[in-house]
Amino acid sequence: MSGSFGRNPPPLPDSEDQEAEFDTRVLDSDEEEEDEEGEDIFTGARSKPITPTSAPDEGDIFSEEGSYIRRDVHHATNGLHSDEELDLFTEATVELTLTSTTSQGRREITGPTASACNTTHVPNSILKPSVVTKTMEELEEEESGDKFELNIAVTNPEKIGDGMNAYMSYKVSTRTTLPMFPNKMFSVRRRFSDFLGLYEKISAKHSLLGCIIPPPPQKSVVGMTKVKVGKEDSSSAEFVEKRRAALERYLQRVVAHPSLLQDPDVREFLERDELPRAVNTQTLSGPGLLKMINRASDAVNKMTIKMNESDNWFESKLQEVENEEQLLRRLHAAVDSLVNHRKELCINTAVFSKSVAMLGSVEENSALSRALSQLAEVEDKMEQLHQQQTFSDFFILAELLADYVRLLGAVRCCFEQRMKVWQRLQEAQSTLQKKREAEAKLLWANKPEKLQQAKDDINEWESKVSQYERDFERVTCTVRKEVLRFEKERARDFKHYIVKYLESLLHTQHRLVKYWEDFLPEVKAIA
Amino acid sequence: MTSISEDSDKEKVRSVSVDLNNDASLVIDIPDALCERDKVKFTIHIKTTLSSFQKSEFSVPRQHEDFIWLHDTIVETEEYAGLIIPPAPPKPDFEGPREKMHKLGEGESSMTKEEYAKMKQELEAEYLAVFKKTVQVHEVFLQRLSSHPMFRKDRNFQIFLEYDQDLTVRRKNAKEMFGGFFKNMVKSADEVLISGVKEVDEFFEQEKIFLLDYSSKIKDATAKAEKMTRSHKNVADDYNHISGAMNSIAADNNTAFKKHLEKCAEVFEKLRKLEDRVASDQELKLTELLRYYTRDIQAAKDLLYRRARALADYENSNKTLDKARLKGKDIAQAEENQKQCLRKFDKLSESGKKELTSFKARRVVAFRKNLIEMTELEIKHAKNSMSLLQGSIEILNSN
Repeated sequence: MSGSFGRNPPPLPDSEDQEAEFDTRVLDSDEEEEDEEGEDIFTGARSKPITPTSAPDEGDIFSEEGSYIRRDVHHATNGLHSDEELDLFTEATVELTLTSTTSQGRREITGPTASACNTTHVPNSILKPSVVTKTMEELEEEESGDKFELNIAVTNPEKIGDGMNAYMSYKVSTRTTLPMFPNKMFSVRRRFSDFLGLYEKISAKHSLLGCIIPPPPQKSVVGMTKVKVGKEDSSSAEFVEKRRAALERYLQRVVAHPSLLQDPDVREFLERDELPRAVNTQTLSGPGLLKMINRASDAVNKMTIKMNESDNWFESKLQEVENEEQLLRRLHAAVDSLVNHRKELCINTAVFSKSVAMLGSVEENSALSRALSQLAEVEDKMEQLHQQQTFSDFFILAELLADYVRLLGAVRCCFEQRMKVWQRLQEAQSTLQKKREAEAKLLWANKPEKLQQAKDDINEWESKVSQYERDFERVTCTVRKEVLRFEKERARDFKHYIVKYLESLLHTQHRLVKYWEDFLPEVKAIA
Repeated sequence: MTSISEDSDKEKVRSVSVDLNNDASLVIDIPDALCERDKVKFTIHIKTTLSSFQKSEFSVPRQHEDFIWLHDTIVETEEYAGLIIPPAPPKPDFEGPREKMHKLGEGESSMTKEEYAKMKQELEAEYLAVFKKTVQVHEVFLQRLSSHPMFRKDRNFQIFLEYDQDLTVRRKNAKEMFGGFFKNMVKSADEVLISGVKEVDEFFEQEKIFLLDYSSKIKDATAKAEKMTRSHKNVADDYNHISGAMNSIAADNNTAFKKHLEKCAEVFEKLRKLEDRVASDQELKLTELLRYYTRDIQAAKDLLYRRARALADYENSNKTLDKARLKGKDIAQAEENQKQCLRKFDKLSESGKKELTSFKARRVVAFRKNLIEMTELEIKHAKNSMSLLQGSIEILNSN
């Protein structure tokens, strides 16, 4: 449900010029330099053409989504970031060799002709000029129209504090042309519980209206503990990156929803310097436990509600959604298996490479010995390729599927909400009926003093019933709209990510060809 | 019952070693093989200009056990002690495909038609791969014999090629005759013996060091290659499951979503075939090469072992002669014995040197050939993958 737009890092601009351009910054005065680099990236993206070869090998690491991250490591004007942050990054970048995760969400906010998001990902050494120019054209086309934009990026994970009280803080940067925001570019720092808090608030307000509320990333005690404890290894770096990307996608989905974007809580989340700590999100808190109980009772209710629908659409759609959720889980499991097997392949290839190197060192024929060492090197390079491909497998495909399994769950919730509204209507109607019967009894029993009360009751419940009827109509309409919107987004998302994934595979194969072609003359040279 | 015909297979895998079948006087190949339950029947095809054979071109069916019999008789022939005996082909291992077939049979009722067809396809591919391997290795064994000046003249070899009836009866007799004296020797002692014996000859000293070291390294490389190939196969399998799962989702859907998924499922299906080819080509060219030479190195070590035994025998005969001289009896016998041991040892050393030298050359050529073929195949498959992916990306983008 989110768009993404891959860019190559623009050349380093002159720092003085950038600073002068800056007008008032409402937030984060001390983060001026950070925004400056934000400025770089954004302007770079909009105006500079994407040069095919502008993704040097150093840009391997996060060249895509890495716009922010790369900036930090290479930007000359970056003086603000603490060493700790830089280190965390370097750690992250070194460990997580490559790939093409999404960097930004790009959303057309207005206009019925809002086109689909740009889906470019220019792999490192492959260039399809046609794809590139198409992107540029799309960009221009969109900019010429009177469309408003809102881009959100989540970057710069930074560990705050030490020990078990430590937490990760993420930078949430917004760039927009929407008139409702006073600033065009701003950023704040948020922690994971802030995102969960946002979800709670949105959910409380909008779910009863029948909106599909994007679910936030899942909590992970194991993952976070490792990070807190300070284990700076590849698995915790991977965890942080996984979470960062998930938070970004989450926000992109939230702002992609027209009514959620208008919500003041969402705006506050994006704009406000300091948010009050969201304690309701802790699992073992009072509210947390309450939530679990509610969820359980909801499940029971679901089984007992049986609506009589005039239109079969809802029933069949819900069935569809439930089926799809099952099937997506299965697909996700298959992709998970792929990720694991490819990781195994990495390890086995590396081990084999060393073994071949040993064999080469023992070989008496010098040409063969050299060829065997070369083979060992090729296998080593293959291991790195496999490593990169594993990341693509995971970050492009597996995470997409995991997101959609959860999203389908949210769609189901939306249907359930409608049922709850209907149930409320039913209960009100039956209460009204009882009140009417009570009145009739009173009339018959001839007790005029209680009659007025009964009449008042009836009026009260009549208006309630008509209110609930209206509510139900509205929810029904909203749910329909939401589902259609969801389906459009889903098609768009899947197409985008599938293409991105295929491009990553293409990139791997391209490299493979190169490595083997380089090796061939070595083997032929054996006499 | 499954059979393959090597002629129809475009990528005919000739042999791990080269320079075989160059001599037109005796040309052997295995064009066909049948799998009947547990037994594999190879069809050996012979073309010869040698007068020692009755016909100039003929075919004969043989079982794996016949090959083993032939190998054993050669090993036990004293005359060949100074030669590197081509390693026996390993038993055909159809365990993998057989397991799959079992699973297929059991799960037939619970699978959809497409799934069943797919699994069947996979099964056939696996059978084919195992076949290719086993035919190759049996063929190479025979070709090694036919191209060697001494082995090709072996009586039992000729019987193996010509005898137009079942060899089973002959096999049993042979076993009784030889009694397996060589086989009963503890093989693990060979390294101790080889390294323990004092070596006077520089050539053999070098060979000993080289072979012992190389042997352990190549064994290791073989094991690691097997693991790597296994992983490749797993990845290909996953592509298959992903494709199936995507198709299931697409089947239920009626929107643009369906189209994208179907296209992607198709890509995964094709990728899987390519990945499978990559894995099996790697297995055939690289892993099999390493496996074969692990066995061949062992055969070379066996030669060193036999020579070391001969040397030990010679030294023992010297001691016996000295004792006899001291005692003053059986001197002539001891002298004769000593002379024989020396002759044997010298003969082994001489032919051993020749064999080991040509072995080196053979090994280098085989590695070169197989590595070239493997690399070319890898390039081909990767290029095919690339064009598949590029095409699919274009189609998806244009939708």
